Amino acid sequence: MRAFNGAAGQYHAFCILVVDGSMKRAFTQFWRGGYSALPGYRFSLLFTVFWTGFFIILPLCALIIRPWQDGVGPVVAELHDARMFAALWTSFSTAAVAAFLNIPLGLFLAWMLVRGDLPGRHIANALIDIPLALPTAVSGITLATLYSPQGWLGYPLSKLGISVAYTRSGIVLALMFVGLPFMVRTVEPVLKNLPQELEEAAKLLGARPRQIITRVIIAPLRPALLTGFGLAFARGVGEYGSVIFIAGNQPFKSEIAPLLIVVRLQEFDYPGATAIALILLLASLSVLVCLGVLRRRISAWSVGA
Amino acid sequence: MMRRGLWVAAWALIILVLIMPLAVVLAEALKNGFGPALETLKDPDGIAALWLTVEVTTIAVIANTLFGIAAAWLLTKYRFPGRTSLLVLVELPLSISPVVSGLVWLLLFGAQGWWGPALEEAGIHIAFAIPGIILATVFVTLPYVVRTLVPLMEQQGRDTEEAAALAGAGFWQILWRVTLPGARIALVSGILLTTARAMGEFGAVSVVSGHIPGLTETMPLHIESLYNGYQTVAAFTMAALLACMALATVLLRYAPAFLWRSREVPK
Amino acid sequence: MSVHVENLTRYAPASQRKLLDDITLTFPTGAFVALVGPSGAGKTTLLRAIAGLDQCEEGTLTLNGNSLKTLQDRAGKIGFVFQNYALFPHMTVARNISFGLDVLPRGKRPSPTEIANRVKELLELMQIPALAEAYPARLSGGQRQRVALARALATGPTLLLLDEPFGALDPIVRRTIRTWLRTLHDQLGLTTILVTHDQEEALEVADRIVVMQNGRVVQDASPTDLDEKPQTSFVMEFLGEAVTFKGQVKNGYFVPDEAHVASFPTHISEGRADAMIRPFEIMLQDEGEAAVPLATHGKSNGYRHYSATLAGRAVPVFVPETSGGAHIKTGCAHLNIQNARIFRNGTRAN
Repeated sequence: MRAFNGAAGQYHAFCILVVDGSMKRAFTQFWRGGYSALPGYRFSLLFTVFWTGFFIILPLCALIIRPWQDGVGPVVAELHDARMFAALWTSFSTAAVAAFLNIPLGLFLAWMLVRGDLPGRHIANALIDIPLALPTAVSGITLATLYSPQGWLGYPLSKLGISVAYTRSGIVLALMFVGLPFMVRTVEPVLKNLPQELEEAAKLLGARPRQIITRVIIAPLRPALLTGFGLAFARGVGEYGSVIFIAGNQPFKSEIAPLLIVVRLQEFDYPGATAIALILLLASLSVLVCLGVLRRRISAWSVGA
Repeated sequence: MMRRGLWVAAWALIILVLIMPLAVVLAEALKNGFGPALETLKDPDGIAALWLTVEVTTIAVIANTLFGIAAAWLLTKYRFPGRTSLLVLVELPLSISPVVSGLVWLLLFGAQGWWGPALEEAGIHIAFAIPGIILATVFVTLPYVVRTLVPLMEQQGRDTEEAAALAGAGFWQILWRVTLPGARIALVSGILLTTARAMGEFGAVSVVSGHIPGLTETMPLHIESLYNGYQTVAAFTMAALLACMALATVLLRYAPAFLWRSREVPK
Repeated sequence: MSVHVENLTRYAPASQRKLLDDITLTFPTGAFVALVGPSGAGKTTLLRAIAGLDQCEEGTLTLNGNSLKTLQDRAGKIGFVFQNYALFPHMTVARNISFGLDVLPRGKRPSPTEIANRVKELLELMQIPALAEAYPARLSGGQRQRVALARALATGPTLLLLDEPFGALDPIVRRTIRTWLRTLHDQLGLTTILVTHDQEEALEVADRIVVMQNGRVVQDASPTDLDEKPQTSFVMEFLGEAVTFKGQVKNGYFVPDEAHVASFPTHISEGRADAMIRPFEIMLQDEGEAAVPLATHGKSNGYRHYSATLAGRAVPVFVPETSGGAHIKTGCAHLNIQNARIFRNGTRAN
């Protein structure tokens, strides 16, 4: 018994020593920049930590703590609010549909830019950035005008019996516009790095054109497509400016979650607004994490990507 | 034949989805001709909005450029515990809704915020005033310079910096003479993206600004007020102006590649 | 400049693994030392530690008896050539070379004409006078190597550290730069430390060779000593092709396990041991017999190459070409390995 105690004590002391030693070393590595002798480590460390602390960590803390500050009540009340769930559902479902519809469009445009010898490729390449560059308020009023029942595209669509403006399809259209560049820009570099020989090798091995497209071109692009989907989706869930003008903003129908936050703020319901914001943030972050895990699973063959 | 069909399809898509909106902006702005469009730009509230946008953008761009350089230097030249978390943290604003990005500043500095009332008493106005707009804009545009610099500086490694340090260069000399010249195309690109994003920011600014015409309305907010007030021509004229500014900024990113391509042949 | 390293230990980031394990070495002024070893042995880590690019957790490092703590203290006193040269891509060759002078504080900085003269002098010393205005991207590997060297030497350092300086060069350029580097070392009176994984290169150019393995110094000796008295079987194998014969020491003789390999006298204690020998040290006994068949594999450097077939394997044997030796050997009765070094548990026993 005594001997056992002694051994256990020694093992315990050993553990403390190891933990203590490696923690001390981790701290020294943190403080001295992994022992690099390049000057400027502490200056850039302090600057960066201070800046991210003030601009990111502090606001996040406020976002996480504020809903609970007036007790659990407002959060629970918010969780019983059907209007909030409807708004969250509208945001998430339209963002997912838009990002999904962007997959074939983005893939097609990226392929035309990289491999398709598209005439005016350089101009087309620059044009892809338009939705990114266009201020969201401008996209918003523009899309609302374009797809309104009197608009250039809205009029023919309404003749066909399709009403876009002030419905969920309007939201999807706006989010597709906003998300398209994310898809093209994530697929493009991967497609560019894909050796042309792959297609030739497949051809020599007797693959038919459709097999080449699905098995040799799209299969290696799947991680990039998923990343593009994730980016477009994340952008879509939070999108405000380009959507509110075309959405119609009817509660339970075409009201998006960011708009509901604004509505709550106008009612001076800070805890309510913050609770929605927190749920929106957590939900979109967890979707992104899931997509990341999925992406790692389907890209097990590529070490770097 | 098949190929031609694809070309037509691609350009049809580009025109329908990407060019059509631009055309609408111009068409709506010039609905009544050039004169009335230009006339709307003389509105003092519009001019105030333009200047406020320029002011906020300049401050946000300078602040985030300095931060971006320091953060990229830290994240690429050193390996230290916590580096990955810092990388994730810096990119976080990209996946946060603009409305939430504005809301957080109200939580800190608004009338019902943590420090808002105290600061208000001391005569410092942040929420529903220009400082709030600046804070929200800095938050939203924080990742862009870092994001463009980090991959390039990571790829360049730190050998050249170490060589410079061994030759006797100090931190500022290394940064100014070795690192930044080597990464200038990425840096310019990051600054331009930050600029375009800063001047177009709507959601975050809309939450913190308070919409006081002539005082706390930036161009995007002013466009919204005009549009909701059925002043379509004025709204689209201002939208056209803002769109031109933002598009020109983004397109400028392609310029340095043309100017400097001859010299920097990749290894 | 003399360098003294004592009990230097460095850990891998966030782990207990040692990159450098208790290293103690002295490099006197004027020495030309090569650090050799397989990749991952810690050669580059040691070189970077000497340069002051990485700090170590334990141990001391002194240059000329002074421990220069920061990189700023060492700046300009040490010339370092990186494996991939690390030339500044946006500067011309001349600006690259003058960098160490350009960044001096105004009081200490030479005048622009002095700097220009120094650059010109170095370009001539490096035999690349015409390249002053070229950008690094346009240079060949050998030219980049020379520019990197010129940049390292611009501030007049007395210690030159080279990390795999010949790695990316083709064999012919490699050979000329190697001999030229040696002349440069002698001419400028430098202390040079060179990292390489190519043992032949090290044997040819250096006065002293430090063999490293797993973060430790395995042997520190002159090229001839290293060749004649390898301390461990690792060094023996690392320095060139070696054949191992397992066997037993009995009654003052090493008795190989394999048949047709002759025993030879040794004075080490009894027990299992390995005899290692270079192919050109193996001798053939009773030529003409067929017990050990020989197959011929061409010749080089005055040796005829054979492979001798033993029970389970083929052993390379290099036989010097005799002046009139026209006939080709086809077999022998025994292999004589009396010149072998005997190792026990990896270390030298005889």
